[in-house]
Amino acid sequence: MRLPLLFATACCISISHPALAGEVQVAVAANFTAPMQDIAKAFEQDTGHRVIAAFGSTGQLYAQISHGAPFEVFLAADDTTPARAESDGLAVSGSRFTYATGALALWSADAGLISDGAQLLRSGNFEHLAIANPKTAPYGLAATQVMQQLGLTQALAPKLVEGQSIGQTYQFVASGNAEVGFVALSQVSRDGEITSGSAWQVPAALYQPIRQDAVLLNTGADNDAAAALLDYLKGEQAAAVISRYGYGH
Amino acid sequence: MIHIRLKQQLAAFTLDLDLTLPARGISAIVGPSGSGKTTLLRCIAGLERAEQAFIEVNGHCWQDSQRGLWLAPHKRALGYVFQEASLFDHLNVQANLNYGRHRSAEPASDQQATQIIELLGIAQLLQRSTSGLSGGERQRVGIARALLANPRLLLLDEPLTALDPQRKADILPYLERLHAELDMPLLYVSHSPDEVARLADHLVLLDNGTLRASGPLQTLLPRLDLPMAHSDDARSVLHGQVSACDDRYQLLELTLDGSPLQLRLPHSALPLGQRVRVAVQARDVSLALEKPQHSSVLNQLPAHIEAIEPGSHPAQALVRLALGDNVLLARLTRYSVDQLQLQPGLPVWVQIKAVALFD
Amino acid sequence: MSLPLDSADLAAIWLTLKLASLTTLVLLLIGTPLAWWLAHTRSRLKGPISALVALPLVLPPTVLGFYLLVALGPHGPIGALTQQLGLGTLAFSFSGLVIGSVCYSMPFVVQPIQNAFESIGKRPLEVAATLGASPLDRFFTVALPLARPGIITASVLGFAHTLGEFGVVLMIGGNIPERTRVVSVQIFNHVEAMDYASAHWLAGGVLICSFVILLLLNRRGRLTVMPGARR
Repeated sequence: MRLPLLFATACCISISHPALAGEVQVAVAANFTAPMQDIAKAFEQDTGHRVIAAFGSTGQLYAQISHGAPFEVFLAADDTTPARAESDGLAVSGSRFTYATGALALWSADAGLISDGAQLLRSGNFEHLAIANPKTAPYGLAATQVMQQLGLTQALAPKLVEGQSIGQTYQFVASGNAEVGFVALSQVSRDGEITSGSAWQVPAALYQPIRQDAVLLNTGADNDAAAALLDYLKGEQAAAVISRYGYGH
Repeated sequence: MIHIRLKQQLAAFTLDLDLTLPARGISAIVGPSGSGKTTLLRCIAGLERAEQAFIEVNGHCWQDSQRGLWLAPHKRALGYVFQEASLFDHLNVQANLNYGRHRSAEPASDQQATQIIELLGIAQLLQRSTSGLSGGERQRVGIARALLANPRLLLLDEPLTALDPQRKADILPYLERLHAELDMPLLYVSHSPDEVARLADHLVLLDNGTLRASGPLQTLLPRLDLPMAHSDDARSVLHGQVSACDDRYQLLELTLDGSPLQLRLPHSALPLGQRVRVAVQARDVSLALEKPQHSSVLNQLPAHIEAIEPGSHPAQALVRLALGDNVLLARLTRYSVDQLQLQPGLPVWVQIKAVALFD
Repeated sequence: MSLPLDSADLAAIWLTLKLASLTTLVLLLIGTPLAWWLAHTRSRLKGPISALVALPLVLPPTVLGFYLLVALGPHGPIGALTQQLGLGTLAFSFSGLVIGSVCYSMPFVVQPIQNAFESIGKRPLEVAATLGASPLDRFFTVALPLARPGIITASVLGFAHTLGEFGVVLMIGGNIPERTRVVSVQIFNHVEAMDYASAHWLAGGVLICSFVILLLLNRRGRLTVMPGARR
């Protein structure tokens, strides 16, 4: 009689163990969707915590956070928005760090179009060049820096079409409506290979690094799971995933 | 002449007719609800396209399915007056009247137009909006609108049914004047025996999509094999002309067509020789074997019994009488028929208690 | 006090008004015959076509925008056609926005006109036919004038709905100043850039403008229902 009872109690304890594990709500910049899903899966397996992730544009996520959305960790697509969250008193100061560095690519859905990207840009041999909105998207800002460095700002201005996000910019190019566009390398490469079309990985010297910063929000200050996730993002396993998706770490 | 042959499958039955109608005058189309009267009119107008049809109006062929001929409604020179006067509410009365006139190949002349507007009593309405008109006024405008296009055929689908009795009484005289003064044929669908007795020259009786009878009004009304004679207000229609006026007693004397017989009735004076029609209800006619003496009944005329049939009520019998060339219907009790030993061929005296005159 | 609206905002406002006007005009031209057909046809296609017209009522605009982007692209059917006609592709152009807005606002124009045509019924048209009016004549002299209240409602709704269009423009517009950057996109830009003051001014303007339009429409609607007030 005693043994089964003991066994049942043990079962109860072991079953209830995951319930003791925490839950963390993360706001994630849309460009980091795929790597975040991989990282979250690994993180949940390793720690037993649950990740509830919401994906959106950095600006929208910030608007939601500043109006009381219950996110605990914020993975932005830039470094200014998390800094602003900190200075606005929405985030735990000192918690901010760069979890990934974006790389810019000039991409076309046409496999034969891009051999030398800079050369193509100079030739202007296309009707539309898609970039992300430089006012709101870091990849868009980086694209304008590239054009400036190449001295092509004026020449390319009439050909520019802007996507509201880097995802939409990708869409413009993927559908062929724009022949070329500046997109995130992470969107068009896996494990160092371009997945479709043709691309030119823009030399890092041509634009300011696209730092994607993470920050711990006040709502998650006392949440162990939130702290664990931020630690995990700094770790080896996350780094492997991040670089596989074409980001620097 | 108007020739209509139609075969059209309807939901409940097949409309299957072969009809010849006089080239002028009013032909009334009667029959129970759902017997195909409106469909017949719509087929004639081309609003419905009958599968097999031949429609010819005074020499103009509108449809001949054997030749593959079908004229769209707007190419048929016809007027159509619907049950509810469907005036165009975005146009005033004058513009409504002009609508058909401006589109007609041979519109009414200015003089005819003035006459029609006078005839229907709408001269003072011309600048009015349609929304302020009474039901009777609307219907008169609707009829004038159709007439001003000067059609070869005017179709009227129960034009008075939607009106209350007072409005009906207001508008009937206008229709009678139309009948007297216009030279175009009218097809008139009606449910009202009163309207039919007043207006129709020719009667078409439909039943379940087939032609039950077609002929002059005064021969069809008293036919004992047709339902009209058996209705509660069965009546005969007689034609004649004014032969004398008695100013002192305010009595009018009519000489019936095709006979020397005369009818007298209370009425103000009319011009001598004017043609009139009168209706006599079957229940207002009684019979005697000899000329009644000392009776208050004004009209006592010699006649012959043509036929006797049981009435719709077991106590009653219907007697058809020849009054010169005219036919008169009398409704008696069967008791009286047996008491007087009435039988076809017997000469009798008829007494007529009331006569309605339609001038 | 000066409005905190810069020239880009004003250009967006002007572009939006231009887009809404042109879209409404195009919709009246193609929506009226379509509404007429829907009101009178006994074709089996009526159901599917009605559903197609009504789709933008329930679809997220981004879905419509996405398919438009694909359709307008060089490999899409519309794109192939416009390229054959020598027009190039229409994404990122004002014409492309007009096409998108026409699809997006279609039900708001077609349905009121269709309802108006249906409520007229067959009778006035039959009367006109018996008075010698050909089908085209009947359409212009009877059906259109009688459907006027419905057509006015349709124009106002089409205009107002296009004013507020966002998802479709976002998907096919490309945010090009004076060509595709309409007010709603400009508001989005301001929000994204965290310039909430400018966003408020523009958004408030759209809100008030739409409210006033609907208010006027409502008052008109009451007036036309009142008997005798028509003339």
